[in-house]
Amino acid sequence: MNATDQHAVWPEGMVSGAPYWAYQDDATYKMEQKRIFEGAVWNYVCLEADVAKPGDYRTTFVGEMPVMVVRGEDGEIYAFENRCAHRGALIALDDGGSGARDFQCVYHAWTYDLKGNLKGIAFEEGSNGQGGMPKDFCKEKHGPRKLYTATLCGLVFASLSDEVPPIEEYLGEAILARIERVLCKPIRVIGRFTQALPNNWKLYAENVKDTYHASLLHLFFGTFRITRLTQGGGVLLSDDGGHHASYTIDAPGDAKSDEYAKQGIRSESKGYRLADPSLLDSVDEFGDRIQLQILTVFPGFVLQQINNALAVRQILPKGIGRMELNWTYFGFEDDTPEMRKRRLKQANLVGPAGFVSMEDGCVGGFVQRGVATASDEFSVMQMGGDATQTDTTRATEASVRGFWKAYRSHMGI
Amino acid sequence: MDLSATDLNARLIELNAGYARAIDDGNFEAWPEFFLEDCLYKLTSADNHAAGMEAGVMYADSRNMLRDRISALRVANIYERQRYRHIVGLPAVLSIEGASARSEVPFIVVRIMRDGTMALFATGRYLDRVEVDGDGALRFRERIAVCDSNRFDTLVAIPI
Repeated sequence: MNATDQHAVWPEGMVSGAPYWAYQDDATYKMEQKRIFEGAVWNYVCLEADVAKPGDYRTTFVGEMPVMVVRGEDGEIYAFENRCAHRGALIALDDGGSGARDFQCVYHAWTYDLKGNLKGIAFEEGSNGQGGMPKDFCKEKHGPRKLYTATLCGLVFASLSDEVPPIEEYLGEAILARIERVLCKPIRVIGRFTQALPNNWKLYAENVKDTYHASLLHLFFGTFRITRLTQGGGVLLSDDGGHHASYTIDAPGDAKSDEYAKQGIRSESKGYRLADPSLLDSVDEFGDRIQLQILTVFPGFVLQQINNALAVRQILPKGIGRMELNWTYFGFEDDTPEMRKRRLKQANLVGPAGFVSMEDGCVGGFVQRGVATASDEFSVMQMGGDATQTDTTRATEASVRGFWKAYRSHMGI
Repeated sequence: MDLSATDLNARLIELNAGYARAIDDGNFEAWPEFFLEDCLYKLTSADNHAAGMEAGVMYADSRNMLRDRISALRVANIYERQRYRHIVGLPAVLSIEGASARSEVPFIVVRIMRDGTMALFATGRYLDRVEVDGDGALRFRERIAVCDSNRFDTLVAIPI
């Protein structure tokens, strides 16, 4: 299929649904790389702690573009394409490292400084007066593409666009405050895992913004009163719809609500109790009774607080029907041994085997397979109407609609 | 009981065979019984293990937490019908200290999905500390399943 196919035209006026070709179309996928990931967005690339000292670096991706993130000798963070200017090979092959003074491509030993500038060409003058590069070859004009970087609360973001607003403005005050709420002091990484998902990246982006599904798909949530739609909470959206923060507030009286039983919902399972309830022994560490907060930054960043299980997730597309989710679990440097233990236990709630998140790993694949021949059909996202605004209920699909609003705006479709 | 006095290797083989068989037969309720009451089970990856990262994909520090893992699997979690086939290698005894021994055993796990798709799901090694329980059975005080790859496909519903 290509962009001129009738499928790949957004249905006129559709704001409360998405056409299924959006998860299937090759031309759309390629356009996303240019207009979204390489467009006027901030892509999460790593933690500041990953590149703490000059010479520290990490390799990651912006969409499918391989990228290096490096702490320069001047203490600034630089990001550039992990692609040699010569013949296109990866410059760095590891996940990261430290103490780098420069980077050398293994193929023909072209050398780059920590900012991604081409500095050395092997046999530039040739050998025995023969061969070599032309005299007028200008190293300054050749190099991997460079990205702008921004840091915020220990997070590093990168952008290829000179039109993207400063990160604080990009996020807006409401979302920024919700990031600052969690990332309020120096963090300590406690684990990193990758989950390979059998679905288009947008299905996960939708899922993580979907406040409606959480207590319906995830029985563990509902039964143990971690979150229920009848609980206090809400969802905040940025003006462009692209970023969101959903949250629930601890409400002790909620256990009495019988709304779920009345609706005959599967996630109401009476009498199911933990043999070792220490799993849910959580503390109000931010002092605001917010039990759960899921926050996204368009296009592919998630910050999660589920009780005391804290993590960032990076959504990376890996082809039309595949993606990877990079989980980084963290605590804080000043965690007590008790808090450390608590986080290790509560990490069971999230990740590839998470009591409340394992379903998110497979449900995107169910959609990807379900819509196999339904390119001309579209989803229904009418919970809460057409709005893409902040709301005090989570029985809404406002933030999913918000994602598509931002998506279409960046894609120009 | 002093472990060095027993035929530890044969008992480790029996323990590992029973462990794999319980999971692969879908007899998940038997899985926690291979552990001592006060135990540690962690599913992690070689990178995390080498870096001293403490968190796991699964983490349980009591037999009751293992039981909760199974009841969640049975009544709460949603996943497509699937099963595992463990091939567990030969145990290497690393050290024996009185009634406690450390051993390591390699594994591969094939996952078989309901539609017949079979795929290599995980390879790795179990890092174990075993002890003789009150009833004379050898059980895990600690079992760290260290997967060779850091990437997990779709989800990990059933323990490894």
